[in-house]
Amino acid sequence: MATFTININGTKQEVDVDPSTPVLWVLRDHLNLVGTKYGCGIAQCGACTIHLDGTATRACMLTVSSVGNSEITTIEGLSEEGDHPVQKAWLEVDVPQCGYCQAGQIMTASALLEKNPNPTDEEIEMAMNGNICRCGTYTRIKKAVKLAAKS
Amino acid sequence: MTLVKTKIGRRAFIRNTGLASGGLVIGFSWLASCKMTPEQVNSLPDEWFELNGFLKVGDNGMVTIMSPNPEIGQNVKTSMPMIVAEELDTAWKNVIVEQAPLNTDIFTRQLAGGSQSIRQGWESLRMAGATARHMLKEAAAQAWGVSADEITTEDGVLTHEASGNSAGYGEMASAATNIEVPEEVQLKDNGNFSIIGTDKKNVDGPKIVTGQPLFGLDVYKEGMLTAMIVHPPAFGMKFKSMNAESVKSMPGIKDVFHFEAYPEDVQKTWSDGGAIPELVAIVGDSTWECMQAKKALDVEWEEASDLESTSYHDQALASLLEKPQEEPARKDGDVDAAFAKAAKIVESTYSAPYLAHNTMEPMNFFAHVTPEKAELLGPIQTPEFLEQTLVSRLGMPAEKIDIMMTRMGGGFGRRLYGTFAVEAAAISQKMNAPVKLVYSREDDMTQGTYRPSYKVKFKAGLDETGNLIAWHVRGAGTNDDLIFENRFPAGAVDNYLAEKHSLQTNVTTGAWRAPRSNFIAGAEQAFMDEVAEAAGKDPLEFRLELFDRAINNPVGDPEKNDYDPERYAGVLKLVKEKANWGSESGKARGVAAYYCHNSYVAQVLELEDGGDMPRVDKITCAVDCGIVINPLAAKNQIEGGMIDGIGHSTYSALTFEDGRPQQSNFDRYRLMRHSEAPKNIEVHFVDNGIDPTGLGEPSLPPAIGALSNALYQATGRRYYNQPFINDKPPLVG
Ligand code: FES
Ligand code: FES
Repeated sequence: MATFTININGTKQEVDVDPSTPVLWVLRDHLNLVGTKYGCGIAQCGACTIHLDGTATRACMLTVSSVGNSEITTIEGLSEEGDHPVQKAWLEVDVPQCGYCQAGQIMTASALLEKNPNPTDEEIEMAMNGNICRCGTYTRIKKAVKLAAKS
Repeated sequence: MTLVKTKIGRRAFIRNTGLASGGLVIGFSWLASCKMTPEQVNSLPDEWFELNGFLKVGDNGMVTIMSPNPEIGQNVKTSMPMIVAEELDTAWKNVIVEQAPLNTDIFTRQLAGGSQSIRQGWESLRMAGATARHMLKEAAAQAWGVSADEITTEDGVLTHEASGNSAGYGEMASAATNIEVPEEVQLKDNGNFSIIGTDKKNVDGPKIVTGQPLFGLDVYKEGMLTAMIVHPPAFGMKFKSMNAESVKSMPGIKDVFHFEAYPEDVQKTWSDGGAIPELVAIVGDSTWECMQAKKALDVEWEEASDLESTSYHDQALASLLEKPQEEPARKDGDVDAAFAKAAKIVESTYSAPYLAHNTMEPMNFFAHVTPEKAELLGPIQTPEFLEQTLVSRLGMPAEKIDIMMTRMGGGFGRRLYGTFAVEAAAISQKMNAPVKLVYSREDDMTQGTYRPSYKVKFKAGLDETGNLIAWHVRGAGTNDDLIFENRFPAGAVDNYLAEKHSLQTNVTTGAWRAPRSNFIAGAEQAFMDEVAEAAGKDPLEFRLELFDRAINNPVGDPEKNDYDPERYAGVLKLVKEKANWGSESGKARGVAAYYCHNSYVAQVLELEDGGDMPRVDKITCAVDCGIVINPLAAKNQIEGGMIDGIGHSTYSALTFEDGRPQQSNFDRYRLMRHSEAPKNIEVHFVDNGIDPTGLGEPSLPPAIGALSNALYQATGRRYYNQPFINDKPPLVG
């Protein structure tokens, strides 16, 4: 066990966990931030996507000890009122089916738009390919990313 | 208007004013942590009045509607309350939806499966709304001294035009609780709807996009421990021994023990399908600590029955295809005689592998079992069956068992089998503590309850003019006999023979979205294409000819045929028009149609140019599911179903080596991804005012057939073996 102070959604949080603990489980089990989902644990599905200094990152393979002073943003911290353009577009297009993968999809999409405000279809697909949606909401996700890009 | 008897669950209409007050939140406190929108918080009433088990009206006119059935992404949590709200005649913006707990006294069939929630809930949901509206009208009539018949309702407002009286539902809600529950109520005429048939967004949408706790895995409660299981690494193996001592002292670990999840004397239901009798449990403070202990734990397993490999399943299924069925499932005319005189014979064999459900949210459940009571909370499609098993497993009467459902991160049939919830309860009972059982992805994928592996052989005979005169189908599956003998083209061919076999194996299987149809439809529709080609006919027209036959001069007893040929032909005609079938699109196209789970679906699928596995450019889909409750959600569901069918038939497979699943996570088990998904999807509905049927499954099966047929147009070769990505022609030379 060791104590770590990490920057999450603009607040410093202190946790006492094993250094090998992935950020995913620190968020979920220790900080009550359950929006970041567990899907595979091996960086294959994207359900656990967070922003690490603005870059979409899989929290399931990011150990707490490697975070250092980096800024972490989770789905809960993407916007104060749930009104980030990507979140709004997701609602407008009624993207979610079961909804489980969507926090990860939204985090990947918002990081993409931050770097590339006007992505082509191919760029969207490449950026989003690490995020599986078992319910098959892919066509609507693309629609929503484009809608968010416009706003 | 239609007059119906109010006859749903016996307690649904007993007023219980004791429950009338109190806030929104019932049951488990974690649900209280879900933030409501600011508008909802501001508009919460001071008092709620329960008019029946399905709904409460607040003193300010807000309405809470209970959604009785489990939500697995099929969107019943939005569409079922829409039906109640329609008959209640309230404005949708004033409705708050709550997930109902298991309550067999009030609700009937609280189950998500077989695409039946809407179809079977249709009447009772309408009655619940209509009964409450009746009581509100009566209350207003008494208050104003007028006849209830003269009172009209709209958007939650009662109006008596002659006297100029008008009041919101909230003002009459209290008085309405004293009105006698009517013996019969009037329902609106189909077609006279203002909520049904309009686009309504997912009621959980705002919570989903902000990451609020909704799912089973999101349950965290005071003093809760985390549990994981270790199950045998291979089908055919069972627990022998383990050395747990060193693991028990790992950080955060509370206990490690071998236990009987299902002792022999437990009374099981079908819902305990793939139950593994003996498991190892690891219980600790946190998920990561349990995962670490799981890795370190050394368990010895022993062989209990055969260790089967995929090569064995394949050979055994293939040999069943050579074997006639003693009593054929259906036999019309004489296929042998017809084949003997046929001008052309077409014959093909199709196959598909095992599939795992792979819901994005792995299996999990919260349980707190004490000697006094059992509280269970989690993602389950069959809470009623779970309760039955728990009565036996925990030795507790049903009254002491509370089951609540969370939103589910996918179901696809997997959560029909609540073995994980029984395991959670058993672990909690043993630990005497609240426990959340969590399956790792690997546990989830290698645990069983799979879509069976299948093979089917078709043989068709055509006469000189290209008429279908004989059809023979023989199918086999692992633990499942695959064939629906009375489905199309039964009834449309004079000589018809359907035979089926099941191969018993110890690899556990279960319902997987559109059971059996998820394979047989694609195979049948691909074969139909081959037959049409041999007949020299357009594949869509060829199918319509057969439906004509089934309409005008059905073979055998038409009652026996498990489809309505007019509605079947209807979707084909609609898709033909919408996709401009027959005009040259310049793209490779395939068509397919199928009927299952009471709904009809036809698709035209178009591929992009190029490659071994060209991408789907566009799907045009026509659906007949009767009245469409929520067109937006219905389209979403249909899109998802088609992508599911196309994705799995193209990429996915689960294989075995000596009983061990060879894929245990998404690195080796391939699912469709963004860059492989269909680019455009168009969905059209047949507008016929017939009572609604389900949509969770019916769009999936035909998509595989339409894909196969388009692939043939694109590549010039037929795809017989799923996953198609591996179905390469043998190397020549
Ligand atoms: S849980 Fe991290 S990528 Fe799947
Ligand atoms: S919405 Fe269910 S997994 Fe994406």
